[in-house]
Amino acid sequence: MAAEGNTIDALSQFELGRALGPIGGSVNFSQSNLHMVIVAGLILALMTYGMRPRAVVPGRLQSLAESAYEFVMGLVTDQIGPEGRRFFPFVFTLFMFILFGNMLGLFPYAFTFTSHIAVTLGLSLMVFVLITVVALQLHGRKFFGYFFPEGAPLWLAPIIVPVEIISYLSRPISLSIRLFANMVAGHVMLKVFATFVVMLAGLGTAGPVLAVLPLAVNVALVGFEVLVAFLQAYVFAILTCIYLSDAVHLH
Amino acid sequence: MSKQDGFDKRLQDARARQGLDRAAGGKGGLPGGSWGLGFRAGVEIVSALVVGVVLGLLADRWLGTWPWLFLLFFVLGSVAGVMNVFRLLKPRVVDRD
Repeated sequence: MAAEGNTIDALSQFELGRALGPIGGSVNFSQSNLHMVIVAGLILALMTYGMRPRAVVPGRLQSLAESAYEFVMGLVTDQIGPEGRRFFPFVFTLFMFILFGNMLGLFPYAFTFTSHIAVTLGLSLMVFVLITVVALQLHGRKFFGYFFPEGAPLWLAPIIVPVEIISYLSRPISLSIRLFANMVAGHVMLKVFATFVVMLAGLGTAGPVLAVLPLAVNVALVGFEVLVAFLQAYVFAILTCIYLSDAVHLH
Repeated sequence: MSKQDGFDKRLQDARARQGLDRAAGGKGGLPGGSWGLGFRAGVEIVSALVVGVVLGLLADRWLGTWPWLFLLFFVLGSVAGVMNVFRLLKPRVVDRD
């Protein structure tokens, strides 16, 4: 894992393995799936056990659950408007799933499933299909007017329409690449500096002293990664809201 | 401050929360920061280019016109990328009608 034969192996942490022994192996249940299940369980636990007291003055868990709810509710109503509240369950699920996935991935021995483009692309394609269906359902054929802004000269249509279609299709790609690239970059950096610590510490007498430097970098990086984990979940959620707002108020 | 003022404020907040009054503009928006902005702009360009190139390659394979549609869609993809960045930097117009 670390400095075997003085090489830096930063990418093996993203390899999929088997989980749950022979039963999981027979259905290709990877540790990525296992962590998704854990995340879903953690969110459910937070929302059910956290809200169980239903106190007027909330305790720690209850106020965590309430602030998550209010945060996403504020996001949705700010971006889409009051009629956007029907999308609240979707955005809330998406936000909590990504946030918990990112945060769980920072723990030692945990696996970050948001560092796989298959997962992030799956999530963003879900958003993409939803915004397209919502726009088609609300606006019918007027939705296709989205690809040609009113007032533009007609002879520009052969240029504008393909560009707008490509721009529309690039939404799920940019949404998924952003999350995936941030998580991969962060975890690679953590692993590289952690490997430096081990390699420097093995250098002899001066080694352990020098090894403190990358260790300090890693401490700072972990803090930075906590910020990135939250920020990326937030960006994913707010971009979903912006796209939904575009779908609801077509212009 | 009198009690009355506090009540009005709370009523206002409650009405806004329930969507009875339309809030003037949203406080929301994407987080700023020059690094984040630069990264987002890069991602927008790359993703539009990826979509353009993939569409061009698929169309070429379908119609057997390599490399012309690929070149055309490459250009269209880069235009779309620049458009994405332009939209990103342009302040978002919030009109809710």
